[in-house]
Amino acid sequence: MGGYILRRLIAAVPVLLGITVIVFLVMSLIPGDPATAILGAYATPENVEKLNRDLGLDRPMVERYVIWLGNMLQGDFGRSFSRNRPVIDEVAERFSATLVLAGTSFVLCAFFGIIAGVISAVRQYGFADRLITFAVLVGISVPPFFLGMIMILVFAVHLRWLPVSGMYAIYGGGDLADLLRHLVMPALALAAVAAGVVARLARSAMLEVLRQDHIRTARAKGLPERRVILGHALRSAMVSIIPVLGLQAGFVLSGAVYIETVFQWPGVGRMLVDAILTRDLMLVQGGVVLVAAAYVLFNIAVDVAQALLDPRIKT
Amino acid sequence: MSFRHPTRRGFLASGMSSLAALAVTGSVPGRAQAATPPGVLVVGQIAEPKALDPAAVTAVNDFRILVNLYEGLTRYRPGTLEVAPGLASDWTISDDGTVYTFTLRENVRFHDGTPFDAEAVKFNFDRMLDETHPYHDTGPFPLAFFFGSVARIEALDPHSVRFTLKEPYAPFLSNLAYPTGLLVSPQAVRQHGHEFGRNPVGTGPFRFVEWRSNEAVVIERNPDYWGEKAATEAVIFRPITDANTRVAEMLAGGIDLMVEVPPASLAQFRDGRFSIVEQAGPHLWFLILNCKEGPFADKRVRQAANYAINKEAIANDVLEGTATVAAGPIPPAFNWAHDDTLEPYPYDPERARALIEEAGAVGARLVFYVTEGGSGMLDPLPMGTAIQADLEAVGFDVEIRTFEWNTFLAQVNPGLAGKADMAEMAWMTNDPDTLPYLALRTEAWPDTGGFNSGYYSNPTVDALLEQARTSTDQAERAQLYREMQAIVHDDAPWVFVANWKQNAVTSDRVKNFRLEPSFLLHLASVVKD
Repeated sequence: MGGYILRRLIAAVPVLLGITVIVFLVMSLIPGDPATAILGAYATPENVEKLNRDLGLDRPMVERYVIWLGNMLQGDFGRSFSRNRPVIDEVAERFSATLVLAGTSFVLCAFFGIIAGVISAVRQYGFADRLITFAVLVGISVPPFFLGMIMILVFAVHLRWLPVSGMYAIYGGGDLADLLRHLVMPALALAAVAAGVVARLARSAMLEVLRQDHIRTARAKGLPERRVILGHALRSAMVSIIPVLGLQAGFVLSGAVYIETVFQWPGVGRMLVDAILTRDLMLVQGGVVLVAAAYVLFNIAVDVAQALLDPRIKT
Repeated sequence: MSFRHPTRRGFLASGMSSLAALAVTGSVPGRAQAATPPGVLVVGQIAEPKALDPAAVTAVNDFRILVNLYEGLTRYRPGTLEVAPGLASDWTISDDGTVYTFTLRENVRFHDGTPFDAEAVKFNFDRMLDETHPYHDTGPFPLAFFFGSVARIEALDPHSVRFTLKEPYAPFLSNLAYPTGLLVSPQAVRQHGHEFGRNPVGTGPFRFVEWRSNEAVVIERNPDYWGEKAATEAVIFRPITDANTRVAEMLAGGIDLMVEVPPASLAQFRDGRFSIVEQAGPHLWFLILNCKEGPFADKRVRQAANYAINKEAIANDVLEGTATVAAGPIPPAFNWAHDDTLEPYPYDPERARALIEEAGAVGARLVFYVTEGGSGMLDPLPMGTAIQADLEAVGFDVEIRTFEWNTFLAQVNPGLAGKADMAEMAWMTNDPDTLPYLALRTEAWPDTGGFNSGYYSNPTVDALLEQARTSTDQAERAQLYREMQAIVHDDAPWVFVANWKQNAVTSDRVKNFRLEPSFLLHLASVVKD
């Protein structure tokens, strides 16, 4: 097992190197340079040239790449000029905010999606099934950012139950209750689509399982229906639900970009969008590399966990 | 004043494990959002500031915080763009316009307790301008060229300082009033180095409390301020980049004051609970016309474009009355230099058609560069399509090409030759000299390092601008600018479209708030109940 983990880690090195090359090239080749973005109206060639020199951007591309990579290997991700602080500080702070949001959404979509799917399957073609199927259709069809804006209008502007935006109250607050109040709307808006997908899949997986022999046997044994559904049917259905949950984890992480913008959530998605618009090279490059590294490590962890659980996977 | 408890990050770390609590909570605590207490003003900003070091930043968004923390040698007289004494109580200018001697206000201290004196002034400008200065590396200082005419600075005694310029440069005093000229504590720069931008120390009516990244910048009343003390206890600046979210926060009471309200949202604030404040500023939205080649090389066709475009409709319908129709290259906000007798080109499609026919440009094809957004660009896409429709109505064939802002600048700044016939553009400046000097002179063609992307050239205009820049007599400068405006108006190298009125909305708890023509946000006299 140790060898397997090591092999996977070694295989990740070229992936990460490839990412550094791609993000560096893309950021160097898109039109509009950082100096022009900073100087705006005052970007005369002379001023741009001087600022590029100050920013170290007057050197050849290959040299800049090697310097950047070398610094990164020593743990120095450079300084963000649009934030005027080390890239690593900014990314670490923002990534944890994204994890809180995406993590909550993921738990919500898994929880509600599976429950809805199970109820739907058990009451197939009944009132509950029709209601859930309709709600799922709506959930899947409405873009998360639009749902978010509607939620803001209803619950924050008109009813005033919840704060409009941000992660913590701007004055006072700052405790867990405060965080939860700010988290409810963005997490639900982000979870809606993913929950719909999970519910659909859970429904069909359950329907398939419910027709199988071991369920009939369980019922024939006289087990309470509750135990048949949760103990036997859902357990078998989870085999096909879990891979979809893995996909939805990726979906909520990427969908967080829109939701972070609408709700002013201080996460990494919004940071990258802002950084690209201001041509903050160091922040985009460092941010993408760090986030990509997190993805790669997460994937390895999942594979390793699966290998541990399922002896059929070759290690 | 304590604004926040220390354990926030702990919650972040434990956030994941506590998520289950959310599912259990069921009904969310039904109390309304905690209203901010009296005396604490919450301002909705359009973005996170880059830094709070006045020498290092370029965005109006950052300036809005800075002018409350810092002061410069001069400032703008409230309600105008005229220069008035700031930390310099008085000054003299040598007859040849190259030596400025400032008398500094006494008994002024920085927020860290160090005295404000001539050495501090010298430190500030040397840090920006002198590449060998020990703290020059705390930059870069992108707008240092505002003071590029300075040859040397001498501290004559603790309360007088002398600037010697390489050549006469009339905008010098108003550049000192611009945020790039705000003065920082040398002691704080020495102490914090690169981190000074996150630990700002000035002399202003407010002093810095804390900066919570992507959440808020908090400043509080400076109890030792030399002038009239601030009327609010504290101000919190919140970055809310999405305009719709900013509007929602305002409606929900999460912020007390917001700037740059989208025109379409203004109607929501006309119900008595809010006040809408408007102020014309030194802003000009115009179309650069390619005077070098294509149909616009002919002056009659350029004039025709000015007649053909319905600027009233753009200002009133597209921009919902948040702008006025522009008449010439100098915005009316520079009241001393603006020519009030200059009338905007009237909307007259008949005359436009006649001029086009006369010039033989009927059916001419025009490539029109439009940006998707950008500093001061207002609503560039709808404005661009309205202009396209007006020009097609008089017989042009207009093709729009859109670009993201930085890409747009990279296309337009090097000049329109071989690419386009016209392009949108907008400028906000602090001196009537800036825009025409950088964008209308022959010497300012793109290949010589200026912004004259449409290659306009008129020797009389060049001479007038050079002369106005070196004269230190304001009345004489005003006269020269008036002559220049009349010529440029007639030559029509641009289509003069709109002057933006900056707007802000305040809740009914906010009193004494006014916007300045400089587009800066002075909050010292604002009261919040």
